[in-house]
Parts: sequence; structure tokens; C-alpha cells
Amino acid sequence: MNISQSLDATFAALADPTRRAILGRLASGEASVTELAEPFAMSQPAISKHLRVLERAGLISRGRDAQRRPRRLEAKPLAEANDWLEHYRQFWEQSFNRLDNLLDELKAKEGQRALKKRRRGKHRPEKQ
Amino acid sequence: MLNTGTLQITIPGEREIQMTRVFDAPRHLVFEAFSKPELLKRWFGPRGWSLVVCEVDLKVGGGFRFVLRGPDGRDMGMRGVYREIVRPERSVHMESFDDFPGEAEVTSVFVEKEGKTTLTVTVLYPSKEVRDAVIQSGMEHGAAESYDKLAELLSSSQI
Repeated sequence: MNISQSLDATFAALADPTRRAILGRLASGEASVTELAEPFAMSQPAISKHLRVLERAGLISRGRDAQRRPRRLEAKPLAEANDWLEHYRQFWEQSFNRLDNLLDELKAKEGQRALKKRRRGKHRPEKQ
Repeated sequence: MLNTGTLQITIPGEREIQMTRVFDAPRHLVFEAFSKPELLKRWFGPRGWSLVVCEVDLKVGGGFRFVLRGPDGRDMGMRGVYREIVRPERSVHMESFDDFPGEAEVTSVFVEKEGKTTLTVTVLYPSKEVRDAVIQSGMEHGAAESYDKLAELLSSSQI
């Protein structure tokens, strides 16, 4: 799987709540289309459409049982697909942790300025 | 409700990434930290990276220019133009990387509640191709970063 394909897989999987739920269900074991459709207020053709997206993205595959045709999760592509999201997360998490420190400093400075202002106000003689 | 310090990343659409983070500071300070070069230089970029060029012309139609230098000395340049500024609650800008064609629309919303600020950043890519190119560059940089960590770990385990 190249990067473009794995990105497609990630977006295909995560951009839709129904598909996220389907993957969540399949994480606990394979299931037929009927079983997958049960928890959703959706027709089987609608569910099948989502399954096709997931299948094209390489995230799920079909089992051998010709009658039930159970779908199952392909864990490896999903893990690979999530790699880039981790890198993205790392970039921002590390940046924002540095920002937390800076904001503490800015808050403290602002607090000091406000304190000085109040003190100056107290000592200043009242205007006549 | 998100806790302070927790970064949440979601994918609301096929060309969109959304990021939410709570900061323990009022939003005028968070907004300042996102728009003043002398402050941006102190936090923007992951560990080991530094913002060697940072120019910001904070007005509608004004631009910005960032160059991040990595631990390996490699530069990653980006630039953009502001579309909308409602200080200190919202900004929209277009953003592009030197190494890739295409630009993304980035919307930042700052919401303050009880002295804390929730920042929501939504990045909308014009096409899947641009999305892939930008993210791919991020991955390369991210990978370099993890190798550094590995090197650090290996050297610290030496006796």
C-alpha cells in the first residue's frame, strides 16, 4: 500500500460515522451484511455501499462462507493508514506543549502588569 | 468536554482535518501567540525544529511566511494569505508549502470559557491530491523526528 492509498483508506474509513461504526463492530469479529445493518436505521443496499468503500480502501475483506459472505477487518492497512495521523498529532502535540509554557509566562506577565497598575493607582493622589 | 492539554484530531470529511485543543489561558493571549512572530518563534514546530523565518502581516489580504528548520538542517517553508480576521475569536487563511502545489484553507476559531480557550482548527484541502502531497511531506518530517528519538534512546542506553 503506498501513501496515497493508505490516506484514501484513512479518510474513507474515518470521514463517515456509519463507516467508523462498521469498523468498530468488525473489530470485535467478522459479521454478515445483515448483522452489520441491524444497529443502523439503514437499508441493506445503503450498508452495502459503505462496505464497498471500505473494501476498495482495503480495510475490510470477505470471508470464505459463500452464503453469509461475512466481512472482516483488515487490521494491517488500517494501522498503516493511521501512521500519518500519528505524525500529524506529534507535530501539533509537541508544538502545543511548548505553547502551554509560553501561555503560562504570558499570563504571569499580564498578572504582574495588572498588579503594578493597581498599586500605582493606590499611591497616586486623588484628582481634585 | 475536552480536558486542557488533550489534542483531538478528527476527519469530518474526505478533504478535511479538524483539530481541537484547550489552553489554560484567555483567548486574547492564545490569539496573540498565534499571530505575533516573536511569540510564534517560541512554540511553533515539534521538538528539535526551529522557526528561522517568521513574518506576519495580520490583516485581510496580508500574508505570512514561515520557514521551519529541522534537526537535520533541512528547511520546510510555508506561506499564506489572510482571508478573514476577527480578533481575537477567528481567522481564516490560505496556506501552501514551498515544495508542493495547491493550497489549503485553514479556519481557526478561539472560544473562551472560564478563562480557558478552546481552539478549533479546520484544514480544508482543495483536492485529494493536495491533501496527499501535504500530508506526505508531514510524514517525512515526522519520520525524521522519530529517528531522532530512536537515536537519543540508543545513545542514552550506552554505558
